[in-house]
Amino acid sequence: MGALFTKDTQAIFWNNNASAIQRMLDYDYVINRVKPSVAAIVAPTSGNKFEKFFYGPDEIMVPVFRNTTEAAAAFPNADVLLNFGSFRTAYDVTMEAIAIKGQFKTVMVTAEGIPERLARKMNQAARDAGVVVIGPATVGGIAPGGFKIANVGGTIENIINSKLHRAGSCGLVTRSGGLFNELSNIISINADGIAEGVAIGGDRFVGSVFIDNLLRMERNPEVKYMVLLGEVGGTEEYKVIEAVKSGKIKKPIIAWCIGTIAKHFSSGVQFGHAGASANADAETAASKNEAMAAAGIYVPASFNDLPQTIAEVYGKLRAAGTIGEIVEPELRAVPKVRRKKEFICTISDDRGDEATYAGYPISSVATPETGFGIGDVISLLWFKKRYPKWATDYLETVIKTVADHGPAVSGAHNAKVTARAGKDVISSLVTGLLTIGPRFGGAIDDAARYFKYANDRGMSPAEFIDYMKKEGKTISGIGHRIKSVRNPDLRVSGLKKYAAEHFPSTPLLDFALEVEKLTTSKKDNLILNVDGTIGILMVDMWRALGYSEDEIDGFIEAGALNAFFVVGRSIGFIGHILDEKRLGMPMYRHPTDDILYNVELADEI
Amino acid sequence: MAQRAIREYDGKAIFSKHWEKYFSGFHYGFKSVLVTNGDELRACAQKHGFEWLKQEALVAKPDMLFGKRGKNDLVLFKTAKPGDVTLEDAAKWIDEKIAHEVTLLSGQKGTLTHFIVEPFTPHSQDQEYYISATTVGEDDVLYLSAEGGMEVEEGWEEKVNEVTIPITMDDASIEHLIRANVPSGIPAENKERFIAFAEQFYKFYRDQNFAYLEINPIVMIGNDMHILDLVARLDDTAGFMMGDAWCGAEFPTAFGMEDQSPEEKAIAEADSKSGASLKLTILNPMGRIWTMVAGGGASVVYADTIADLSGNVADLANYGEYSGGPTTGETKFYADTVLDLMTRHKDPKGRDKILIIGGAIANFTDVAKTFTGIIQSFETYADRMKEHNTRIYVRRGGPNYEKGLKDIKEAADRLGLYIEVYGPETHVTDIVRMALEK
Repeated sequence: MGALFTKDTQAIFWNNNASAIQRMLDYDYVINRVKPSVAAIVAPTSGNKFEKFFYGPDEIMVPVFRNTTEAAAAFPNADVLLNFGSFRTAYDVTMEAIAIKGQFKTVMVTAEGIPERLARKMNQAARDAGVVVIGPATVGGIAPGGFKIANVGGTIENIINSKLHRAGSCGLVTRSGGLFNELSNIISINADGIAEGVAIGGDRFVGSVFIDNLLRMERNPEVKYMVLLGEVGGTEEYKVIEAVKSGKIKKPIIAWCIGTIAKHFSSGVQFGHAGASANADAETAASKNEAMAAAGIYVPASFNDLPQTIAEVYGKLRAAGTIGEIVEPELRAVPKVRRKKEFICTISDDRGDEATYAGYPISSVATPETGFGIGDVISLLWFKKRYPKWATDYLETVIKTVADHGPAVSGAHNAKVTARAGKDVISSLVTGLLTIGPRFGGAIDDAARYFKYANDRGMSPAEFIDYMKKEGKTISGIGHRIKSVRNPDLRVSGLKKYAAEHFPSTPLLDFALEVEKLTTSKKDNLILNVDGTIGILMVDMWRALGYSEDEIDGFIEAGALNAFFVVGRSIGFIGHILDEKRLGMPMYRHPTDDILYNVELADEI
Repeated sequence: MAQRAIREYDGKAIFSKHWEKYFSGFHYGFKSVLVTNGDELRACAQKHGFEWLKQEALVAKPDMLFGKRGKNDLVLFKTAKPGDVTLEDAAKWIDEKIAHEVTLLSGQKGTLTHFIVEPFTPHSQDQEYYISATTVGEDDVLYLSAEGGMEVEEGWEEKVNEVTIPITMDDASIEHLIRANVPSGIPAENKERFIAFAEQFYKFYRDQNFAYLEINPIVMIGNDMHILDLVARLDDTAGFMMGDAWCGAEFPTAFGMEDQSPEEKAIAEADSKSGASLKLTILNPMGRIWTMVAGGGASVVYADTIADLSGNVADLANYGEYSGGPTTGETKFYADTVLDLMTRHKDPKGRDKILIIGGAIANFTDVAKTFTGIIQSFETYADRMKEHNTRIYVRRGGPNYEKGLKDIKEAADRLGLYIEVYGPETHVTDIVRMALEK
């Protein structure tokens, strides 16, 4: 209650600031966090799907998204946005985050020099939405032992020296980011470290101000006293004074405003941040220090005496028993030398007792009594999911349906010719497989792609046919050499029947059948053929399994449909190769009378 | 920086550029020129479009960010009687004013260099109004008064209506609010006109990212608007969004501030070309204590502590910072500049010079790398530093600080320089105490 961050807090990091993210993950590892503190990265111009980072000695993959909305949808529990956008983009990034209802509790903005009007709008929008903005122009904040923003605390050695690896009892609020580190150090030397700390940022308009943070710390039972480092300029410190006077803040506060030097210079010299210039007597550092002392806040005689004041207040609280002994936690060490991994594998693992397919030991899927078929194995190794039986049955149906189509098709023919040339099974099989492409077997891919494209964009069947005509393309998946409406392809009938009985729904097939009605009204053999049916039903299967349209497009682009044809037809090719070997057929030479020779004497140039 | 003052001339140029868009129904002539001497003004008068300089009675005044020009007797609007100033009168007056230093009633001293020259606008006191806008706390505030000129400043409380406009307020509500707060002293025949102008003025102020905009007085003669005196500050952080909407307005140094020294200019130029932050202000070139501090916050606490503990702020020679991960070369340049300045004048009382190389615990700056630049500078300036009995005090933490401290100690020892070196275990500003107590 009252704590800004916990050990479970996860953030979305806007901008792929690799060194800052690595520092967060190193911190996580050292303090034994269960989950890394960075759930995802948003990088609008990145083409990568993930970035690799070290987590202790190992590497982990942090997913990368193009925008915050998508990242938030994938990680609904990540309630902190670390906005590392530049002063040009930081406003838009924050506004996008605030607009995602119920996602972010805290947005930290690092950019310095966001236009003031935009900063004010952003801060107000955040307040209205109940989102805490830390910054702009800040290094961030930390809940030691729980969650650390980006570069706060610097190196891991300094973090441990400054006792930022575990919660102490001080709540620290500063304006300056550079001095935040220094204050953490002072507090670790003169007391027991901090429980929570925030650098509110140096710009004139910042989201959360001193009082917001101190009131939260007042509610946080881990915080026993607070240290406030203010600055010349502005009147925020007076809100703190009011809260102390009215009893809203009861915990002891130690405070100092830097910039006492400014009184010696009439004007013109800007000491410190953009927010730091006194427009009235009350805004000078000296006035604020006096007013705070008068309100009962502990104010040292000068900044140089601050450590002593902290030691005194801490000593009193310790003597009174308000602050107890801290048990130093066990830490893990980050290895000095770490090697990046060259390869990544996310589907199977051979390091344990028994190799696994997506976590399933092979013995648990291999034998008949396991109930796993080849469709299950494909769903595990290709899609890292266990598909329901109706889907794995469909995958098997597809493989069986495409296993062979006789010796005359180009792939089988090639395999046979190579086998007859005396080559081994692999060479012969490969020559067959190499023919698979846009003209042979490729119709499955194209049918899925184009029908889905039309369906996604809400085209009517007639519009789709027009569209393909304009593109100058024949419609993949439509048309057969022999089969027609009156002489239906029984393979297609079987697939449709299976889908009708077992698929939850078949919207793309329904669409394709409407298209077929129009095409067959023009010509009898323009039917939905077996390639088209397979591809289209595969899309319907994935939709019914809950994949997003983007994920399905990804499967199609990656060639997953083609892969079913490759696996299925390999069975047929091997059959033809073994057939050749069995028959002991001699070397094949094509008869010359089957070739049209049309060779002229080459011109000399 | 954020809010920066611009010249009256530039403020008017921005008005003129956007006039049609914001102030439909009103007319503004924008007859103004900005000159630095009499000949420039005479040359202006020869240009097409500026015939009015020869034809109309003129007003001339300095355009250098300070106010109360009337009270300082720095507005030329008459020789014998108001409205009789000719081009030649104005040119001569300007040349006379630039010839010697002036001291304002506020005590600011300096040389006048820029003047704005405009036509004299005959009008009566009751045609003068006051309007301004700025930010107070988180809100915009529009100030409106039926009385303009010097009158409004005497009796501000009674004469001015303050309209507080929250940052997220929509245009319809803003218009409603302004209408409800129009000063009662505005005569009935001008009321609608004034309301319309105030609404447009606020939107102009808001959309053009002004931080402060004041016209005092604004003279309304029918639909003709005369901006007699204008003060404006822009939010310069918005500059990247504004393109040429600001008409290339420059941000001059405040009047009376000595122009930057060549060293300060050189550091400012290096700063503008670097991703790191390099700042230098010379407070007293004869000062005894020179600082080279990493980080903005730390630079303030060192200055505070030196002023507190030395008992004499004049001992502090400079203020500045280097931070944000400067390269070795950038740090060397910064150190060269400071050491060169430090070793120009002997301390008048014959005391040692003190060089504070301070800094908090860095978040990500590589301390050893930046110290390499300082060490290179020591090599160049060691002899001169010894001539001034320079004592060096170093305190720093952060990435690679152990190596940085060791390197700088070794270098100083090798060069025969006095040095004391401390890390994070020593309080950040305690080296100031040590240096002063010795």
